[in-house]
Amino acid sequence: MAGQEQQRPTRRDDEPADDAAPAAPPAGGAAQTTDADVDAILDEIDDVLESNAEEFVKGFVQKGGQ
Amino acid sequence: MTARRVMGIETEYGVSAPGDPAANAMLMSSQVVNAYAAPLGSRAGRARWDYEDEAPLRDARGWEISRDSAHSSQLTDAPDDPGLANVILTNGARLYVDHAHPEYSSPEVLTPRDIVRWDKAGERVMLEACRRIAANPGLGDVNLYKNNTDNKGASYGTHENYLMRRSTPFADVVRHLTPFFVSRQVITGAGRVGLGQDGTGTGFQISQRADFFEVEVGLETTLKRPIINTRDEPHASADKFRRLHVIIGDANLCEVATLLKVGTTNLVLAMIEDAAFTRDLSLERPVGTLHDVSHDPTLKQQVTLRDGNSMTALELQWLYFEQASAYVSDRFGDDADEATTEVLTRWESVLSRLGEDPMLCARELDWVAKLRLLEGFRNRENLNWDAARLQLIDLQYADVRPEKGLYHRLASRGQVEQLVTDAQISEAVHEPPHDTRAYFRGRCLARYGENVAAASWDSVIFDIPGRGALQRVPTLDPSRGTKEHVEALLQRCRTAADLVDALAAE
Repeated sequence: MAGQEQQRPTRRDDEPADDAAPAAPPAGGAAQTTDADVDAILDEIDDVLESNAEEFVKGFVQKGGQ
Repeated sequence: MTARRVMGIETEYGVSAPGDPAANAMLMSSQVVNAYAAPLGSRAGRARWDYEDEAPLRDARGWEISRDSAHSSQLTDAPDDPGLANVILTNGARLYVDHAHPEYSSPEVLTPRDIVRWDKAGERVMLEACRRIAANPGLGDVNLYKNNTDNKGASYGTHENYLMRRSTPFADVVRHLTPFFVSRQVITGAGRVGLGQDGTGTGFQISQRADFFEVEVGLETTLKRPIINTRDEPHASADKFRRLHVIIGDANLCEVATLLKVGTTNLVLAMIEDAAFTRDLSLERPVGTLHDVSHDPTLKQQVTLRDGNSMTALELQWLYFEQASAYVSDRFGDDADEATTEVLTRWESVLSRLGEDPMLCARELDWVAKLRLLEGFRNRENLNWDAARLQLIDLQYADVRPEKGLYHRLASRGQVEQLVTDAQISEAVHEPPHDTRAYFRGRCLARYGENVAAASWDSVIFDIPGRGALQRVPTLDPSRGTKEHVEALLQRCRTAADLVDALAAE
């Protein structure tokens, strides 16, 4: 499962950069999620999760589809 | 064509009766469709699906298999039970029971944003059905999940459909699309707790569907699933068009993931049609690589190309992005349409941040949003990946109910980016897109529903009192029957009889 090679973090250097490509925008990442966001949803999650996880998960049985 | 194209998306939802694993899935699925359709009464609720043009056994490679050699699940044009619920909605969508799941097939649209909008409308339809069943004291509760596996060996699909030029050689589609599909999961994956088809392997993987794919190319959709599906039912003029039926995608809840899934695929298809690829990126072992990439959320897994090069799936996506970006700039310069520019901009942005730290995409990609939630919970509770509560989080991420679905909990806290407004989605539940034949289908249902006996992707059939035979109006060109083409005609025709007469006179 673990990768064997180091990962190049951004655009491959050996490929020509395309001048017409739009600059990477903040796009959806604009407002990054924070640890406080995770904590807020985790505080809520116990009330949202179905009780008796094991039985609930075991009971979710589907027939195959396409 | 670029990121714009006639296309649609269909999702089979997981269906379950809480506390009753043995409940009949076909019956529950029928209840779902009927719960939604019945109150529509004499309008959409009554019009049936017209199977005349269905040809699920035709193969894009040029032959047709005999019905005798087909697996019964491939015979989608002859449902086991003709009474199985199957209706057309006023937004142009089809809502029906496919195998043992309720399925929403979106109307045909032209832009990635409209795929998002009418796909979200489908989630609303399923939620409404779920609520109506819950409100009916005669029926047990039915839960619906927008996911693709029960983690016990069963998978059910989310299929994309793209209209392509018939003249494009199918071998080119296979060559350029296969490496793209193997690598695009780093963007489109919905995340899954469990490895292997039955989910007994311990760990988190990027894709819901990847482990269920066993061959490179084929006609099947329910067994030995192929990366490239060759089903060739154009639902349009067969001499001009092919419908590319893509079965490898995950069911996405994140709107940006859906936008990028169809938008980037459209760009790759446009380049295939224009023979614009400058490099063959064929992989050494596509199926095994598909699984390996899914199993490594650190995105370090190497992918080996047939030409001997190796790189990560993310780097392979960069190669597609760079060729697509050069293609658009070469063909359109600064005149590229807004939809195409948005897809390219977001594609580049997501690839950059995935390379930096995948968690930077938690607002846009399902597998990252889900993983972030799981890691937070795991750390707090000190759990291993085989803990039932982690599998429950995976499952409940996809629950269609806003109070129970964890995606919806994230959305209500503003922790995922949304592209379409609540009002736009509500409208799309009832209104068809304006710029495809879905407009004609949907408006006919809304305006003359009493007299619509049946409909399909490429026909509307009228039953007009006093006329012996049913009147079938073919809609073989998906880009005709738009608002621009037929709004005045429909306004002029007060009744279905007026419409049929007007069309006959043309």
